[in-house]
Amino acid sequence: MSKNIKIDVHHITRVEGHGNIVVDIKEGNVNKIEWQVPEAPRFFEAMVIGREYHEVATITSRICGICSIGHTFASLKATEAAMGIEISDLTKNLRELLLHGETLQSHILHVCYLVVPDLLKVNSVIPLIKSHTDIILLVTRLHRLANELCEIIGGRTTHPIRARVGRFSMMPTKKELEILKKRLVESVDDLKKLAEVVKSLAGGIPDFTRETEYLSLTNDKEYAFYEGECITNDINTPLHVDGYKNMVNEFVVPQSTAKYGKFNRESFMVGALARYNNNYKQLPSLSASVAGMLGLDGVNYNPFMNNIAQVVECVFAVERSIEIIDELLQTELKTEKKEINIKAGRGVGAVEVPRGILFHEYEYDENGICTNANCVIPTNLNHNNIQLDFEKYVKENLAIGEKEMGFNLEMMVRAYDPCISCSTHFLNIKFK
Amino acid sequence: MGSKPKVAFFDFACCEGCQLQIANLEEDVIGLTNLVDVVEFREVLTGSAPEYDIAFIEGSITRKEDEERIKDIRERSKLLVAFGQCAVSGGINRLKNNRESLDQVKKEVYGDSYNMPHLETFPTKGVDEVVKVDFHIPGCPIDKNEFLRVVKAIALGKAPSIPNYPVCIECKLRENECLFDLNEVCLGPLARAGCGAVCPSNGVPCDACRGTVNNPNQNAMHEILEKYNYTIDEITRKINLFGVKPEVKK
Repeated sequence: MSKNIKIDVHHITRVEGHGNIVVDIKEGNVNKIEWQVPEAPRFFEAMVIGREYHEVATITSRICGICSIGHTFASLKATEAAMGIEISDLTKNLRELLLHGETLQSHILHVCYLVVPDLLKVNSVIPLIKSHTDIILLVTRLHRLANELCEIIGGRTTHPIRARVGRFSMMPTKKELEILKKRLVESVDDLKKLAEVVKSLAGGIPDFTRETEYLSLTNDKEYAFYEGECITNDINTPLHVDGYKNMVNEFVVPQSTAKYGKFNRESFMVGALARYNNNYKQLPSLSASVAGMLGLDGVNYNPFMNNIAQVVECVFAVERSIEIIDELLQTELKTEKKEINIKAGRGVGAVEVPRGILFHEYEYDENGICTNANCVIPTNLNHNNIQLDFEKYVKENLAIGEKEMGFNLEMMVRAYDPCISCSTHFLNIKFK
Repeated sequence: MGSKPKVAFFDFACCEGCQLQIANLEEDVIGLTNLVDVVEFREVLTGSAPEYDIAFIEGSITRKEDEERIKDIRERSKLLVAFGQCAVSGGINRLKNNRESLDQVKKEVYGDSYNMPHLETFPTKGVDEVVKVDFHIPGCPIDKNEFLRVVKAIALGKAPSIPNYPVCIECKLRENECLFDLNEVCLGPLARAGCGAVCPSNGVPCDACRGTVNNPNQNAMHEILEKYNYTIDEITRKINLFGVKPEVKK
């Protein structure tokens, strides 16, 4: 067994944002195991104060380029809750469809461009362009399809334009939807091939488990993304999202500009694996069969399996998008009027984004000016869980040596798909 | 043919949505890797290099340590390109500069912990407020095809060209109904084109996320405001959303 291990990864690569890994073990004694987040804080909650209600989602969308659609919806839902605005089934369906486009885009990008290089032990996706051309072309096809879905429904792939308070500013045409549906149906073959590729590489996923609390949305109707209540494996009855502060309990730590969170245990996990663990019984047939094929057969405590759950959710995103388009094709697609009854109030919006449950909360005055804001970001919620996974993993695997341990800890961070720019910074304690 | 230019990508305070636009080039990225040699790109690959022919900078500068980092990158780069509105002007991050004080901003976000040393921040700056920038690619987010054009131009030793005419021109070409006629305040008359008037074409007023054209036609803007019964305040309030300096005073 190696007695001394020193790992100091400054700004880990192939993750969104900046994070450091520090491990210091002398003579078999653990001096330090730390996941650090030094990302520059950006202060979004202070940036929206004084802005009009219709500008707030435009601003908070910029929290994250990869999940800008999810941030837009959490933001719009919070504003609509604050002002008592109801949305139509048409708007809801379009939002849900757009959200699945983002999930597909983000998961494909993360699993294929950022994680697969680990499983093939190369430094990036770039050498794979030459060595695995067919697979890379398949991946770009899926990624392009997801982006085009977002463009057709949202007006732009990143920072959606059409999604507004209470409505969409423009509708897709039936023709666009029909073509989109056809392409989604055709993409199922590519998804199956991708699942085969991932299966062939799954032997590279480290064997490690740590049971934790898994937090996600849930609803009776379907595997929840756009709406629902909060559930974990430690509570019996789902809780309304309004009470999110009592679930996330954020706190500031010295090694991170992002806040940490905990609920019924020392830490919890959010994201694809948490959603899968809480709601896997609601997966439709194709996604359920891909899950089984990839070794996910019910609740799973290996955080590295988050990437497998992401692959399953890619299939779900496509399955569900096809259903929603079928519904939309039966509906009259007419742009709705923008008549907003501006009211003072406070509201919470929650939505499942690629990296987990996301909460926005705003308070508005009678002129619709934002006076208070709080955004709780899924990557934040995972930082504490990453730290505890690190501690257990290092102690159990002292024998593997510095090099492999460093590699596997980086891989563990990537498994969580952290979006660190997002996670800095967010907590507003001014709410009474 | 000489060896391929060594290219690096760096990100500072931003959402990283602009580098995502590069990934969104899909198969064209493969062509790009034939044109340039990507030696450092933290989000995509593990590796680094001592110097670069072209450094692409995304994000705004908000801390002393970031200022030192960008100066160091500048020293090791032959050309430096600021891409995305955060790098160009500070972008949306500049909104915090408009608040009463940075201490207030920190308190609102971090509460009682606001004074912890690692949470230090200074007023948001664009990259060219700290180091020399050779070329700017504006937009929130950037337009991926414009990015491709700029890289090709630089790789061929030419100066890239960015449109210097207002969004209204592109909007008219797309035959959109003017949003002022639909009771919206739109920054199209002042804003720099190049986006294809993407927001007005989707029924949403322009926020000037690419900044304004050089010497915007202020008289025309005033005429429009007068015609539709708006005041200059509607413009000045709106135009600071993406860190654009309000150049529309009378």
